[in-house]
Amino acid sequence: MPEAYNRRSALQHFGLKAAAAQSPADARVFIGEAAHRAIVNVRGNPGDPAFLQAVKAVTGADLPVKPNTTSQAGEFRLLWLGPTEYWVTAPAGSEEKLAAELRQAFTGQHAAVIDVSESRTIITLSGPDAREVLARGCSLDLHPRVFGPGQCAQTGLAKANVLIDQRDATSYDIYVLKSFSDYLWQWFGLVHRDFTAAIRAD
Amino acid sequence: MLLISCPYCGPRDEHEFSYGHEAHIARPTLEQQQTMSDAEWADYLFMRKNPKGVHFERWVHSRGCRQWFNVARHTVTHEIIKVYPMGEPAPNLEQK
Repeated sequence: MPEAYNRRSALQHFGLKAAAAQSPADARVFIGEAAHRAIVNVRGNPGDPAFLQAVKAVTGADLPVKPNTTSQAGEFRLLWLGPTEYWVTAPAGSEEKLAAELRQAFTGQHAAVIDVSESRTIITLSGPDAREVLARGCSLDLHPRVFGPGQCAQTGLAKANVLIDQRDATSYDIYVLKSFSDYLWQWFGLVHRDFTAAIRAD
Repeated sequence: MLLISCPYCGPRDEHEFSYGHEAHIARPTLEQQQTMSDAEWADYLFMRKNPKGVHFERWVHSRGCRQWFNVARHTVTHEIIKVYPMGEPAPNLEQK
């Protein structure tokens, strides 16, 4: 991990703070970046109670063993990626500690822990029109009867590989490779012309 | 566009998947390899069924869970008749 004062977010060059100040007040969709979130890739056997127990001991959350689901405990958010693959996400800066704790907890197990925080950034999308905006570039059925809060899916969005994590009824986290984030941000810029959109800089 | 049911993630769009060609081609054992002729090697390496009808093939959910699985697909209608895990023998579809 680079020194904190050297750390640039993947979308920093768009000047989100300045753009946010000029955003319309009556926006129906908000877009922003949740930069530097700790992402640790965890692989193991979900049929092994010791593996589930180790994850629970470190994060306090139950491993989301059901496909396309997430779980949350405090600041930790766990995402299902595949039948033996998960992400544990946590606030920025905690990746080293989190990876070390998980690795320690998996001692003696057939499991793997890899810090992948630097590979991705998160584009946050929220507001009443957020689902409509996503549907412009994504073939998933995002209707609430199929896809709702607590669900996640790896898919393609405007030809970029992404993971879509639905936080609540109208907000989504979109995990995208940093090298695709510039392109995806500009794609959102094009789509937003058809909506009343605002940039949110937190 | 095909709608393929990934055995892990559920139904997803075709563009999330990559095609892995014909399934159930067994690699010759070490013993067989000692005595195989060039023609038999060529048969193993290059000769594929290419049927007009039901084809057993491998797919990988490359943009999703990255798992491999088998699909029985009709090459004319594109109907996906069955999706089944790797390692399972080809289903006997006559009994359907």
